[in-house]
Amino acid sequence: MSAPTTELTGRTADELARLLSAGEVAAADVTRAYLDRIAAEDGDLGAYLHVDPEAAQAQAAEVDSARAAGTGLGPLAGVPVALKDVVVTEGVPTTSGSRILEGWRPPYDATVAARLKAARTVLLGKTNMDEFAMGSSTENSAYRPTRNPWDPARIPGGSSGGSSAAVAGGLAPWAIGTDTGGSIRQPAALTGLVGHKPTYGSVSRYGLIAFSSSLDQAGPMARTVLDAAVLHEAIGGYDPCDSTSIDAPLPVLAESARRGATGDLSGVRIGVVRELGGEGHAEGYEPGVLARVAEAVALLEGLGAEVREVSCPAFDLALAAYYLIAPSEASSNLARFDGVRYGLRVGDDGERDLDEVMALTRERGFGPEVKRRIVLGTYALSSGYYEAYYGQAQKVRTLISHDFAEAFGSSAAGGPAGGGRDADGGTGGVDVLVSPTTPTVAFPLGARVDDPIAMYAADLCTLPASLAGVPAISVPCGLSDGLPVGLQIMAPALADDRCYRVAAALEAAQDDARGARFLDQLAARTGAEAR
Amino acid sequence: MTTTAGDRLVAYDELLTRYEPVIGLETHVELGTASKMFCGCATTFGAEPNTQTCPVCLGLPGSLPVANAAAIEATVRIGLALGCRIASWCRFARKNYFYPDIPKGFQTSQYDEPLCTAGHLDVEVDGETYRVEIERVHLEEDTGKNLHVGGATGRIHGADHSLVDYNRAGIPLVEIVTRPIPGTGAKAPEVARAYVTELRDILLALGVSEVRMEQGNLRSDVNTSLAPIGDLEWGTRTETKNVNSLRSVERAVRFEMRRQAAVLDAGRRVLQETRHFHEDTGTTSAGRSKEEATDYRYFPEPDLVPISPDPEWVEKLAAALPELPAARRARLRQEWGLSPTEMSWIANAGALGLVDETVAAGATPGDARKWWLGELARRANDAGVELAGLAISPRQVAELTRLVAEGTVNDQLARQALDGVLAGEGDPAQVVQARGLAVMGESDELVAAVEAAIAGAPDVVEKVRGGKVQALGALVGAVMKATRGKADAATVRRMLEQRVL
Repeated sequence: MSAPTTELTGRTADELARLLSAGEVAAADVTRAYLDRIAAEDGDLGAYLHVDPEAAQAQAAEVDSARAAGTGLGPLAGVPVALKDVVVTEGVPTTSGSRILEGWRPPYDATVAARLKAARTVLLGKTNMDEFAMGSSTENSAYRPTRNPWDPARIPGGSSGGSSAAVAGGLAPWAIGTDTGGSIRQPAALTGLVGHKPTYGSVSRYGLIAFSSSLDQAGPMARTVLDAAVLHEAIGGYDPCDSTSIDAPLPVLAESARRGATGDLSGVRIGVVRELGGEGHAEGYEPGVLARVAEAVALLEGLGAEVREVSCPAFDLALAAYYLIAPSEASSNLARFDGVRYGLRVGDDGERDLDEVMALTRERGFGPEVKRRIVLGTYALSSGYYEAYYGQAQKVRTLISHDFAEAFGSSAAGGPAGGGRDADGGTGGVDVLVSPTTPTVAFPLGARVDDPIAMYAADLCTLPASLAGVPAISVPCGLSDGLPVGLQIMAPALADDRCYRVAAALEAAQDDARGARFLDQLAARTGAEAR
Repeated sequence: MTTTAGDRLVAYDELLTRYEPVIGLETHVELGTASKMFCGCATTFGAEPNTQTCPVCLGLPGSLPVANAAAIEATVRIGLALGCRIASWCRFARKNYFYPDIPKGFQTSQYDEPLCTAGHLDVEVDGETYRVEIERVHLEEDTGKNLHVGGATGRIHGADHSLVDYNRAGIPLVEIVTRPIPGTGAKAPEVARAYVTELRDILLALGVSEVRMEQGNLRSDVNTSLAPIGDLEWGTRTETKNVNSLRSVERAVRFEMRRQAAVLDAGRRVLQETRHFHEDTGTTSAGRSKEEATDYRYFPEPDLVPISPDPEWVEKLAAALPELPAARRARLRQEWGLSPTEMSWIANAGALGLVDETVAAGATPGDARKWWLGELARRANDAGVELAGLAISPRQVAELTRLVAEGTVNDQLARQALDGVLAGEGDPAQVVQARGLAVMGESDELVAAVEAAIAGAPDVVEKVRGGKVQALGALVGAVMKATRGKADAATVRRMLEQRVL
């Protein structure tokens, strides 16, 4: 690999944006550097499902000509980006990791894709994922597994494992993921990235192939907190095409990240969730993970934050509730894949009738985990079982929301140290809640594929924020056994800025102590191996 | 065992001596909104297949619905017109089932949280009022249309292949469901028809739908059951689907009553099933059995936010409702001086608006009523169309009555003028002119005809002069024949009397 290439692909997206805006590098060069790395590395890594080098180069060249012609360009023009293959892209194959959509070229763009296109970012490609975003390891992709750049024998997390591997492995400066029960945060944690699940309704779902409509959110996966905030600002905000989109301006995110990086957290109240790896709830959590999280919390305290333990008893029920609600909605969302209008059609031989063709198409087109969840959801919604399963799960969801509301107390009204403190001196609530993002570091490929319950446990810590619709970020907080550990920071709905501020403070303090960015450790390691 | 075996029927009057019917109606109305329920596609009828579609109404992966505010408003107005309670908070629900005409694999509808509940509609049949309780009014989306190609029946079985047109998919559909309607006895078929008629008139008055039944804007599922007179429990009901004319609603109930009576007489039980109505024969045939109910796995639609109509807004809509048909009927009945029975004839014939407009165009209420319920009703019936479907406007009918009143034409000539109008020859006066239909005054031509008749029948003249005055009729007939009916018979008689007596 040539030196300039390494230099460009080692930059943060924010740095690239500045270099491009200043005319110091050409978009074509940046794009070519990434395409070169993809060509060299992705055969082994398996991060991408679709790359169109010519299209990417054409987009980059257009940006360069526009800049040369003096056209006003946005700050992200020419910065490459990768999209999880669940994001619908006009004319560009979109499969959601499933055979049933093989070859489908959508006639329209998702709002997220359209906004990135309007910002003149360059689409590098579509990233691998668990089929229909169902999974925690990307091993449920119908096409191929994705490997973890930190250890090719291990999974990159899921379902946004293609995006996490691409960004961590230097095959994209940043990427879009989607998170239904942890599918941005968990892979970000396992690959040493920053990944943020926005407040439900703050990023448009229009054009995201639905898994579980009441939970799905798209969000950024990036190398730094600032990059994540910048990407979030580019895709977020009200969209009239999504009825659940919140008609309110986004909080200021990139600025919060910059403010957080100054390192002052005085007055910020942090609650450590007991039920997520705390005393009496540590079973299944790796000691190394808990140790890194404890160190990170201590570091935050050292920056001026007030830390205390908070109990959220309903969080213990999150896994059970999630695995009823998400499959129920999925069983309905995936009903449209019937072979009638697009994608795969099996058995249409003029002999078989309609029901047989639909059944054969779905039999052949869906993988085992998708079928498992469709069957589970169909059962949970059945007449006579609805109240006992779906109905109960919705009640648990309400309890979890109450736990969050109680933990945040009246502080939901203001930003951290923003004057939102309640009258009785702040004992009523905390500004953010923290926990490990995942109970363990990345596990080996194949380790959990035959044990769905063990696989589902990978989402234990991320599910409560999903069910309550509140924002949550995962930020690297060290290594355990040489593999990344993530700290999860959760905030009240619409207070995504708090996640960025606290995460940025932690990132800055750790980078200072280390004398390098978190991902530089990976670059140094692979560099050493290469030598 | 099917209940159609032989389709033995019991005579209607006979079955009423032993059985009592209970009916119920579920009526689907396509709203006349400019765009579809959950996307911006146009709703124009008759466009080229699949030209009014987009990712949303095609159910493409990733697409999301956004509810049409105009459709919600129209539904609330329908609910208000039916005296319903308007929900302060309700949700859409998904009705899950597989069929090619539902692109998402579910229909977005409402389930246990309808927008409007607990209303009623009073209908009149032969001067008696029947109260129909409305259980619910809810909002949903229409399906696409399947076209089965090849095969003899046009149904899916035996077809070579099928095509789907999604232009209709996603058009807002309001479903209006009655509670079971007992106590109508022999009038059950007419009550069913009167209910749909009244509902249609309300929808027209509200301006929420064009209610063109022949285009499927309004379709009723007609539930019918029979139980022995005096039984405390109602019988098993059948659901005759998609009946799409007023006349068919009445016929469907009547046929089902006669068929079910035969089934019960034979000691068999009526199967709970859907049935198809056949316009040509006026019969029904078995469809899908409902003995094993489909599980639609309803659950609240997570892609749409709940509807929570602002009470002030609802009050404003209520205050702004137009004059509804019942109130209008009461007013017009008074203005026209009709009995309730006469009024209900007009209403049940679907002629109220037509009569009103005809009166407004200058006809007397009596003349307008006579033409629409008489000659025009007969012609509509012959042509198998609704009154409003005839190629004549209320203004033209008013003109016709004026020509009669002025003596320009007599009734017989007026009917010939009507033929011309219906044949597209222009307004009545133009037709009278063009066809030469005007009554002859005491013209030279008529004098000549009268004198020719007298000269041609001296024996008759003799009889009349001899006191047999009724023999004059033969002379009148001769003159009428000679003038090919264009003369006024009374005038001819007077002219003959003057000359013979």
